[in-house]
Amino acid sequence: MRYQDEYRNPQAARQFERAIRRITSRPWTIMEVCGGQTHTIVKYGIAELLPPEIELIHGPGCPVCVTPLELIDKALAIAARPEVIFCSFGDMLRVPGTRGDLFAVRAAGGDVRVVYSPLDCLKFARQYPDRTVVFFAVGFETTAPANAMAVWQARRDDLRNFAVLVSHVLVPPAMSAILDSPDNRVQAFLGAGHVCMVMGCEEYRRLADRYQVPIVVTGFEPLDLLEGIYLSIRMLEEGRVGVENQYARVVQAEGNPACQRLIAEVFETGDRNWRGIGNIAGSGYRLTEAYRAFDAERRFPIDLQTREAAACISGDILRGMKKPRQCPEFAKACTPETPLGAPMVSSEGACAAYYNFGRHRQASPATVQIEVGHHA
Amino acid sequence: MPEAIAGSPTCPVPQFSYEQVVLGHGSGGRLTHNLIERLFLPAFANATLERLEDQAIVRLDGHAIDSGVGRIAFTTDAFVVRPLFFPGGDIGRLAVHGTVNDLAVGGAIPQFISAAFILEEGLAIDDLRRIVESMRIACRESGVQLVTGDTKVVERGKADQVFITTSGIGSVPAGRSLSIANARPGDRVIVSGTIGDHGIAIMSVREGLEFDTVLESDTASLVDLVRVMLDACAAIRCLRDPTRGGVAGTLNELAAASDVAVRLDETSLPIRPAVKAACELLGLDPLHVANEGKLVAVVPPEDAQRLLAVMRQHPQGREAAIIGTIEREPRKLVTMKSWIGGERVVAMLSGEMLPRIC
Repeated sequence: MRYQDEYRNPQAARQFERAIRRITSRPWTIMEVCGGQTHTIVKYGIAELLPPEIELIHGPGCPVCVTPLELIDKALAIAARPEVIFCSFGDMLRVPGTRGDLFAVRAAGGDVRVVYSPLDCLKFARQYPDRTVVFFAVGFETTAPANAMAVWQARRDDLRNFAVLVSHVLVPPAMSAILDSPDNRVQAFLGAGHVCMVMGCEEYRRLADRYQVPIVVTGFEPLDLLEGIYLSIRMLEEGRVGVENQYARVVQAEGNPACQRLIAEVFETGDRNWRGIGNIAGSGYRLTEAYRAFDAERRFPIDLQTREAAACISGDILRGMKKPRQCPEFAKACTPETPLGAPMVSSEGACAAYYNFGRHRQASPATVQIEVGHHA
Repeated sequence: MPEAIAGSPTCPVPQFSYEQVVLGHGSGGRLTHNLIERLFLPAFANATLERLEDQAIVRLDGHAIDSGVGRIAFTTDAFVVRPLFFPGGDIGRLAVHGTVNDLAVGGAIPQFISAAFILEEGLAIDDLRRIVESMRIACRESGVQLVTGDTKVVERGKADQVFITTSGIGSVPAGRSLSIANARPGDRVIVSGTIGDHGIAIMSVREGLEFDTVLESDTASLVDLVRVMLDACAAIRCLRDPTRGGVAGTLNELAAASDVAVRLDETSLPIRPAVKAACELLGLDPLHVANEGKLVAVVPPEDAQRLLAVMRQHPQGREAAIIGTIEREPRKLVTMKSWIGGERVVAMLSGEMLPRIC
């Protein structure tokens, strides 16, 4: 299949594997920013193809994982209202709030629907004029254009029974926050290819200059990741900083100007809480004044007390300080059916990725003991 | 409080036990298993049920336990598919095939089935007629008679057009003993054809996805394929039809029941390009997607190639492939060597199949 099988070619993977071993002379720590990349790394067992000197740290790029608890709780409260049709991308339905998740709201009678495109919500809004259709606008810069388009069309068509609960986060401020952290260990980044497809590479050049760090804009197929890792190591070994673009088949340096204009029309940047990390200045989108009538938080003012699971160390996980299996609750109290924190929910979350695809690396739940090195 | 989280009393999100039924309880994945293990099994505890096979093999009174005669396979299955008519089949075909296949993979010769219809007020009689006609054809193809039934009608809105429950019985020839607890290290795992066709066909109709080719459900009777396979190879350890929960669900059950590891090779999985593309688009794993006319067989290594050749001669097994081996460790886990040579765990589906965000 075009654009799939070519990027999973085992012979090409071997070549990258050998090339990486050839150029690696000492330990390096590389962070892949995006959850989609974490998913591929764990799903295809990429880490074990790398020499022991190379450590991959899974970054905070899973939108499901970093959506703050108070917004999840707001979503649950809004979705439970009888006049509301609450629409969301599928992953969000299982994220635990302080009490329950969207599946539980649905089971209790709430009208919660999974959509593939935010524009589907506008269809519902036209179809049910006496209900309010609320879309949970979650994601990084990648999903922002489509979400912005839904709001833009709603305003154009005067669809007053449509609103969005906005929880948009931005990658570059999160990378800055990681690099500013006193215990930062990241030496190079694999940039999130699809975010750059929308926003371009300029912001990353500034980051690379400011922090003197290599950034390789990287795609999502196994060979993309291997090549991105190879290019990062080459820059590290050669002592170079800057931005290289592994994902040139999709990413252009200037990004997608039409998407950027639409985003700028509908959203403005503002401070945002990240689950497990805390507040990062200028790290999120909120609706601009012209579109604020579509803000679900304004339409449904809700006063909430939120409480995070005490056992969850998602902050350490999302900042790359700890690996999921270093959490005492991993695969014990915390599993995809009983997530204590968001990284265990989405298949892009580091904990879920480790649970689903990487459990054979250590003792799994129950009492199964696995011989270390069995798969070497 | 569920035992698994009793050790962490600080946890404020015990999502472990939903207070109400959620859709994931019907996904065939881990939530379904939780329901079975914590509610149904304790309530009806008996040795037959506890085997958790696709069918119960029972003996009616009057036959000695070890006599080898008079063994009956018995199974039941409910069908709630939406839409009722989909490319490659409809709820009627599915209802017959689902039940006869569950009997066949137990090594039984299906003979009689029953059908109970729950009809929603307002259903077009013409639709019901089409469903019944396709059940008639499916019964004939499978060599079974529909010998008893029931009809109930509920008010509009209390059901979704038609729900059908079928039960079936078949005779189990003497000496036959297929079980998910039979797998042994060294055995080979064979799948009878492309995986994920049914689930993706249904999902693409529901979600309005269009591909260059029409994705068709694989719903089909496995009765004849199973007969041919068992005639050719009496040493088959286990047969299962990987419906809800997909091949991953079936193999995880097998790994647990046989206390073995299953090791798959991703490059050997037969998957249609359109199904693969749809799974990529929707963020699904084809191993989790439902099949309705496929089986998974576990066979001793020395018989694998011969059985594979026999299967490929059969219309239902043309694309059969050896997809993995049974190993000793890591026990109770299914792992897979990926396209590029890495290794990962193939987990059971945990809740409802959820499309990923991006």
